[in-house]
Amino acid sequence: MKKTLFDHKIGKGITRPPANLELYGDAGFRAFSIVCAWSIIFLILFILWMIGEQALPAMERYGLHFLTGTTWDVNKENFSVLPEIWGTIYSSMLALLGGGVLGITVAIFLTENFIHDRLAYLFRLMIELLAAIPSVVYGLWGIYVLIPLLRPVAHTLHEYFSWIPFFETELSGPGMAPAALVLAIMILPTVAAISVDAFRQIPAKVKEATYGMGTTRAEAIFKVLIPTASSGLLAALVLGFGRALGETMALAMLIGNSNQISLSWFSPANTLASLMASSFPEAGKVEAQALMYAALVLLLITFLVNLGGLFIQQATMRKFEGIK
Amino acid sequence: MITACSKEAPGSAQPEDASATTSAVKLNGSGASFPFPIYSKWFKDFSREESNIRVDYQAKGSGAGIQDFINGVVDFAASDAAMKEKEIAQVKQGAVLLPMTAGEVVLAYHLDGVDTLKLPRDVYPQIFMGKITRWNDPKIAAANPGVNLPDEKITVVARSDSSGTSFVFTGHLSAINPEFASSVGHAKSPNWPTSANFVKAPKNDGVAAQIKQNPGAIGYVEYGYAKLTGLPVAELQNKSGKFVAPGPESGAAALASVEFPAGTLPGSQVPNLIAWASDPSGADAYPIASFTWLLAYAKQDKQKAAAIRKLVDYMLSDAAQGQADSLGYIPLPQAVRTKVREAAKFIQ
Repeated sequence: MKKTLFDHKIGKGITRPPANLELYGDAGFRAFSIVCAWSIIFLILFILWMIGEQALPAMERYGLHFLTGTTWDVNKENFSVLPEIWGTIYSSMLALLGGGVLGITVAIFLTENFIHDRLAYLFRLMIELLAAIPSVVYGLWGIYVLIPLLRPVAHTLHEYFSWIPFFETELSGPGMAPAALVLAIMILPTVAAISVDAFRQIPAKVKEATYGMGTTRAEAIFKVLIPTASSGLLAALVLGFGRALGETMALAMLIGNSNQISLSWFSPANTLASLMASSFPEAGKVEAQALMYAALVLLLITFLVNLGGLFIQQATMRKFEGIK
Repeated sequence: MITACSKEAPGSAQPEDASATTSAVKLNGSGASFPFPIYSKWFKDFSREESNIRVDYQAKGSGAGIQDFINGVVDFAASDAAMKEKEIAQVKQGAVLLPMTAGEVVLAYHLDGVDTLKLPRDVYPQIFMGKITRWNDPKIAAANPGVNLPDEKITVVARSDSSGTSFVFTGHLSAINPEFASSVGHAKSPNWPTSANFVKAPKNDGVAAQIKQNPGAIGYVEYGYAKLTGLPVAELQNKSGKFVAPGPESGAAALASVEFPAGTLPGSQVPNLIAWASDPSGADAYPIASFTWLLAYAKQDKQKAAAIRKLVDYMLSDAAQGQADSLGYIPLPQAVRTKVREAAKFIQ
């Protein structure tokens, strides 16, 4: 019998039709993936529903006053969280200011041929290691290392610049500044890692063309690379911000847990997550409902931040990357 | 059966069928974190002695303990704030409250070069109301002649979580200062003033850490924690005008003056052993001391009741109470132990 080329390749070549097993395997995997993806959505809805159900009595009882009042009085069962909302957003913004700038700078430093590739790899590993440090350790580090370091600086700033609202009060130890600084370090790995990826995704051609036009390195970075990577950088910042919003233990240890609204960096404050961490274990029924309401508020803030981030990201994508 | 297996040490002389007749009893408890160090020691020693009773205790905090007790999800609970009448009424099986050990709340501070600090009765409530804000305040200086008090602001460290320690501390301050009672109040989570020099930290160790790290800080912690961290503590002026340092003797003197109410707990025959040393009168009494309670059900499974009675018996023994001092607690006076033994009979 005559062997054809086709016969020869059966079982090895790319021309072989897929076997039934492979067909079913593919279909099965596809179905499995769809189920997994949908289950995430259902999981989130389920969590929302569970929290919402438990928060419902508090929502009926306190209504929107919960968002505008400033007292958390367990004894009179009078609960509201404006200082915590303020503290959550303010501390996260400050952290983003520090951690964001630092993270993106680090990403530029690691990707734009400033140092040898192997050294850059080492740096990157170390930054990612920061993400592995438990929150409690950051809290302790803040108490035992950061606050003592910060104290003389804060003292000087308060002494000479107390007319600036940021330095209005003296640092008592725990407060907004140590909390925000530790938060900045905690979000650094997230911001840096995603920013590095964003810069890596810029096609080599773009860089070559940029330098080919005779730009300086600074011009290339600020006028071409950052705008090109902007959607990725924004994603990094939004994720970092999200992490800062929900951070619990380190903040409970460092922010001072005082329900006040102040612009001062040295004044103690409170955040929603930290309020929940310190009040849940001993909360009675009514307080637990109020805490669930606070959890819902935090979820809502995180959701809005992510939504806002997505919106800005798409706007910048249209502007800088020409993607519709 | 799982507990029975884990209880039988290799080589134990127990006959096989012992677990069938007396069967291993597992007691689950939760509540106050303040007595946790001594409770966990006691429970461990007790379980070793009574090979078929196993005691598990989770230090969730007094409030959570009471909640678990009311919901009936534990076999016993523990609380530094005893229980309110309203709460006792919610316990369907009936409650028996037993003082088990006692502790002192101390004012630990951080002032470089100041090893002894005397705080008068009219001063320390004012500090915790935010009325006295500097260390060189004339009122503090007057009580501490020869002490070089710095011109530094006072940072007050309070508890951020709801706590029995806060309850005991504010109970005393409310008893001696009506203004404190109406503004801050007597509670597990009191309304501390919101100002830049009031900070809050979680748990006893959190407060101790903040005091240790921040010059000019003062805060309240359980005596054992101050002892553990080596923080200096203030001598407080008691009811008879004497400045007293915390310690086993001054604590015992404070408890000696406590009288239990003559009546019974609401809706039961159980003698009421809830009493506070809000402002003890003894000349050598340290002003802030308090019992901590074990909460047991009046009615339950016979085996469990017997096991709890045995456990209480052990906790009241000289061997157990003798360990209190070294762990920073105050042993119960003999008279109190007799009363607790009487009350423990109502655990059925």
